[in-house]
Amino acid sequence: MKRLAGWMLATPATLMIALLLVLPVAATIGMTFGAPGAGTWGVAQPYADFFTSGFRRRVLWRTFEVAGWVTVISLAGGLVTAYVVSRCPPRVKSILIVLAVFPLLTGVVVRSFAWLVLLGRQGMVNNVLQWSGVTDAPVAMLYTQGAVIVAMVYIFVPLMVLVLVGVLENIPEDLLQASSSLGAGPVASFLQVTLPLAVPGLIVGAVLVFTASFTSYATPHLLGGTRQMMMGTLLHQQAMVAFDWPGAAVVAAIMLVVIVATVLLMTRLARRMNPMTT
Amino acid sequence: MSTRIHPVLIFFTVLIYIFLLGPLVIIFGAALSDTTYLTFPPQGLTLRWFENIWNISAFRRTIVTSLQMAFLGTFIALIIGIPAAYALNRHRVTLPASLSTLFVLPILVPEIVIGFSLLRSVTVEAGVPVWYALLIGHTLLVLPYVIRVVSASLASFDFSIEEAAISLGSPPAKTFFTIVLPNIRSGMIAAFILSFITSINDVSISLFLTGPGISTLPIQLLAHMEQFFDPTIASVSVVLMLLTILVMVIVERTLGLAIVAK
Repeated sequence: MKRLAGWMLATPATLMIALLLVLPVAATIGMTFGAPGAGTWGVAQPYADFFTSGFRRRVLWRTFEVAGWVTVISLAGGLVTAYVVSRCPPRVKSILIVLAVFPLLTGVVVRSFAWLVLLGRQGMVNNVLQWSGVTDAPVAMLYTQGAVIVAMVYIFVPLMVLVLVGVLENIPEDLLQASSSLGAGPVASFLQVTLPLAVPGLIVGAVLVFTASFTSYATPHLLGGTRQMMMGTLLHQQAMVAFDWPGAAVVAAIMLVVIVATVLLMTRLARRMNPMTT
Repeated sequence: MSTRIHPVLIFFTVLIYIFLLGPLVIIFGAALSDTTYLTFPPQGLTLRWFENIWNISAFRRTIVTSLQMAFLGTFIALIIGIPAAYALNRHRVTLPASLSTLFVLPILVPEIVIGFSLLRSVTVEAGVPVWYALLIGHTLLVLPYVIRVVSASLASFDFSIEEAAISLGSPPAKTFFTIVLPNIRSGMIAAFILSFITSINDVSISLFLTGPGISTLPIQLLAHMEQFFDPTIASVSVVLMLLTILVMVIVERTLGLAIVAK
């Protein structure tokens, strides 16, 4: 009886996800396998088409590159900021956290748009560069890899700061007191106590940022355009512009594999690197 | 927390905060500019771009659709997510552990992949009208947040209160509504706000699920930006930011912002 009640309560949500998420996504993946006799690669022909296209290989590589840079820069910026925020007096700390939450709650389109305004030919960055005499003519900054990376770092730093403030706050204060009473300076304490204890949290933050930037659409679309296509914009272009649905499905499947593999590998790594469990 | 922070680190943090908030300030300025193109600092001040939002029918329509999706999607997600979260906590022993894995799938699977798959299976193959497919997408988008936030709230709920009520003769269903729900009210409000904001800002799922005449505000903004570069976009952005500030004030007054920071 109790067993049945548990199942009944969970049924609507389970059905919703099974029928409207698992099945459609499984159907998309099913679509990526060609007919057995078709082409030299048989069932794997659509994947062969993807990887033999220099353009699509470049898109995949660029996506790794951009997501990688965004993750590394966000980690560095987020760690320093979170370290300072977590050691501020409570009042200042809560103000700083609110100021980090605000951009996070503002939509990705709005935040990407801000960089469209800043980096344009008439944008503020160009105006400052010309006014200060660094350049004579406006520099083309939009639709470059740098623009996409800067805007994405902008979008993901608040997330990283909030995750890492949580991580740093969870580190027991008495461990740091113990280390300083044993004669360690702030740098030594940070490197030998704080950092190792923060590693699992850093990995969580890195996975969040990497997967989100690997699959993002709005930012590469607005700031990279067709010149800096990434997997998200390629998926949309294949499906809605070229109407090549099997091609789009292959892009979707590759994205899914990269994300699932990253999450599985990194959670395992986070568990192994956690000094508290061993 | 008495250790002094090195000035270089403070300087760096100040720079990061300027980096985070500066662009948003620039949008505010650009929205007020009395020019037909986007510029900062604003040249002449005007509110006409805010009026323009209401003059463009596409914005009016998509704002309505976005609000419908955010309210209805969140509402449905609460209705099916709260029982699921309750079952996961109350009947943990009898339910397989894989069920909670299933409930995080909408977060794990990239949104854009979900959107494309729904377009293929739901809109095209099953012939579901665009508006309903969009609602399905938004419900799926927010469901894991509802389940997670309500679960966290139930985790600190003392189920012996519920058992006491039942043993005193209260029917289980009535007990759920009179005892359990009031105790997880703050979790439900937090779930609602988080879901609402996630839904209203969504691009990647809506991208594939909008159709002729039916679109959401973020998708309409993207479409508008491809054709125009006037301050209207900035004024819409300002309205969205003011809305966000309003939500943050309400959250702060009722629950404390710590909930969102989680």
